[in-house]
Amino acid sequence: MERQLLDEFRHGSAEAFERLFSAQQASVYRWILRIVRNPSIAEELTVESFWRMYQAHARFDPARGFEPWARRIATHAALDWMRRQKPETELSAESAAQLPSAAEADAAVTSEMRAALQAAFARLPAKLRIAATLVVVEELTQREAAEALGIRVTTVKVRVFRALRLLRKELEARGMKP
Amino acid sequence: MMTPDERLVMSLRSALPKQDSPQEPSRDLWPALLARTRERPSAPWFDWALAGGVLLLLALFPATLPVLLYCL
Repeated sequence: MERQLLDEFRHGSAEAFERLFSAQQASVYRWILRIVRNPSIAEELTVESFWRMYQAHARFDPARGFEPWARRIATHAALDWMRRQKPETELSAESAAQLPSAAEADAAVTSEMRAALQAAFARLPAKLRIAATLVVVEELTQREAAEALGIRVTTVKVRVFRALRLLRKELEARGMKP
Repeated sequence: MMTPDERLVMSLRSALPKQDSPQEPSRDLWPALLARTRERPSAPWFDWALAGGVLLLLALFPATLPVLLYCL
């Protein structure tokens, strides 16, 4: 991305912001969709993320590039959204239907187990869920997840570990063993 | 032989498959963002609480008004 464009954005140019938006809206949307797994929510959060970027333009460092900064802001917008949701609405029937086909999934995992895991996952605390989504579900490296969340790699490891432990406890409480 | 953690990870990936298909927003989001930038920001709740506290202070102790004006 042109350095001049980034400098102009940093100095508050609305034209530069519009160009950055055009170039980056799809990738920010896809990133958010990986976290929230619901296209209409991902669209709303894409708007919210770019609004936050617009407000924070003076704190943007062009030397560090736009994408990592945008990704971090988008991740936090998604995290804030997750915190505001009631657990029972987090994986609605609509969202579940929008998930990739279960045909790709392992046949050994029963539909009952999948439903229990989806429900238990939706009840995880937001900061554990987002770490587990990025590392376990989306298979990002712990470093990539740490950069997106603005936390240390060891913190990501701890959060993923705690998420898995909570999921296991929940499944065991229902008499299931993954 | 898989460990219990590996089995759990595998089950989780089966329950929540990766979102790897390239997708685009269903509409251009620029108009929504533009509308957002034109919204008048609302004052946060603590601003209202602070204003209420100041008014209450002035109502109870009118003599503090000169001090308040001096601080402003």
